[in-house]
Amino acid sequence: MAEKTGLYSVKFKEGINIKSVSSIGGTKEAEGPLSKAFDITTNDNLYGEKSWEKAEAKFLKKAFDTALEKGTLPPKKLSYVLAGDLQNQTAASCYAAEGLHIPFFGLYGACSTFGESLSLGAALIDGGWGNYVLCGASSHFCAAEKQFRFPLELGSQRPQTATTTVTGAGAAVLSKEGSEPVITAVTTGRIVDLSITDANNMGAAMAGAAAEVILNHFKDFGTTAEDYDRIFTGDLGYVGSELLYELLYEKGCDIKAKHRDCGIMIYDRDKQDTHSGGSGCACSAMVFSHIFKKLLTGEYKKILFAPTGALMNTTSVSQGQNIMGISHLLKIESRG
Amino acid sequence: MGKRDILKPKDEYEKMVKAASPKSPLFKNCLRAFVSGGIICCIGQFLMNVFSTFGVVTESRNMLVSIILIGVASLLTGLGFYSKIGKFCGAGSIVPITGFSNSVTAPAVEFKKEGFVLGLGAKIFTVAGPVILYGTLSSILVGIIYYFVR
Amino acid sequence: MDYIKAFAVGGGICILGQLLIDLTKLTSARILVLFVVCGCLLGGLGWYDKLVDFAGAGATVPLPGFGNALAKGVKSEVDMKGFSGAFTGGLKSASAGITAAIVFAFLTALIFNPKEK
Repeated sequence: MAEKTGLYSVKFKEGINIKSVSSIGGTKEAEGPLSKAFDITTNDNLYGEKSWEKAEAKFLKKAFDTALEKGTLPPKKLSYVLAGDLQNQTAASCYAAEGLHIPFFGLYGACSTFGESLSLGAALIDGGWGNYVLCGASSHFCAAEKQFRFPLELGSQRPQTATTTVTGAGAAVLSKEGSEPVITAVTTGRIVDLSITDANNMGAAMAGAAAEVILNHFKDFGTTAEDYDRIFTGDLGYVGSELLYELLYEKGCDIKAKHRDCGIMIYDRDKQDTHSGGSGCACSAMVFSHIFKKLLTGEYKKILFAPTGALMNTTSVSQGQNIMGISHLLKIESRG
Repeated sequence: MGKRDILKPKDEYEKMVKAASPKSPLFKNCLRAFVSGGIICCIGQFLMNVFSTFGVVTESRNMLVSIILIGVASLLTGLGFYSKIGKFCGAGSIVPITGFSNSVTAPAVEFKKEGFVLGLGAKIFTVAGPVILYGTLSSILVGIIYYFVR
Repeated sequence: MDYIKAFAVGGGICILGQLLIDLTKLTSARILVLFVVCGCLLGGLGWYDKLVDFAGAGATVPLPGFGNALAKGVKSEVDMKGFSGAFTGGLKSASAGITAAIVFAFLTALIFNPKEK
């Protein structure tokens, strides 16, 4: 059973098993340094569909199917599907989950969605709601640009602080029993407002949330960065990571040596012109495949995985409201 | 629940963000804008000179030049080149009349998927609409003032 | 010579736009609005025409030139028709540009789809 630890965390005594993990990526992701870690990549970001929005749903559907296949689990054994994306009213997840015929919870945590779905999936399994839960998240560069910014063909320059939305999807099957790496603790983030209004600098809006959730985890468990092999954040990018170090350093906490950011890992900034790095729900969800492989081989024994999200919509940004940050942290350990 | 350790005054964090954010390469961007904008204007000048040699009067000559530039920019937008040009040239391809054409064509192409009336039709002026609105308003202002002071 | 003038003035106006983008975080839509309104007001004062006389296409092709065309149109219409010309002149002079943009945009949208980025 889960045990409440400190103010913001929960510890799972047995651990929640991560049975299998999958990732599907688009063109830019295939050209990036992590392409080998992804299960499937395509050089067609429409993925054979008629619109970006439909393509995103197909990416997520494919990620669901691949995760189930890799876990040799028939869909009917699943108790719940938890997923989210960046489209209005999380439409992509709904379309992707339709064919599974499994009870579905749609989630929204912006780019932190994968962390949110793993946290809640672990809670469902621990609470006895079922033996298998499927978690997923997706995003699509073209669908996100169209919805949040400008039409794709508009000739404009992106500022250096802007991030590039990752095209693709990631999924994971959580199970009560198994011999794979386990989620042993969850620290849930609070909404953090650092008065950022620039939608082209989301790393700055999320850095505070990441710093807070990491700090709260250390406090709740009485640990420091030294106790972990790696600390991963979702999509802070170059700008957000720099701010994260500074915010934590002010609190007497230095994580720089242990920290990696999925948004920085997924692209090669110099070759791919991605500015501050990758972002979007799929960013941390896809890079998790890479992290999971290293947990399986035992290269990592104990890591923190904290996807980060910038919460806002086009209306709130137009009205000049601040962009809220959120981050959901999971502690994951290998069985080795 | 515990206190918020991370919260800080707005101006203090703003300073941190400014220091951590890489600057746009201003000189390089301006140079590119200058050269590309200059080239587009020279193409316009060339067309003007051609029409002049055929004896087209000034008013309709300027219009014809605009129409040709708008047409070419629209085609380049459809072919997917204008967004690449825009990425490189910045204001050099936004400020000329070709940028206006791009800002009308880009949403038209993008929102066709949502239908010809409520997609393309309703969204075609999402970027250029304000230009027409405020251009028209300021022309009326100029007209009224001119009426009284001329 | 007219090419050098067109290049220098047209390029110079674009540098102004680039400075606004990089230093003030104005989006391109806001810059287009600003330039057209400025061109129209300068045209109303009759100053922009001096730049047109000097630089030719270097002054007419950038968007302030579009604003100037609006102002010129409205002024000549006021001269011909009186007060009502203030309401008809602007769009009348801009009609070629706006109509061309609409027609070409529509035709382009019929043929092409957005390209993958």
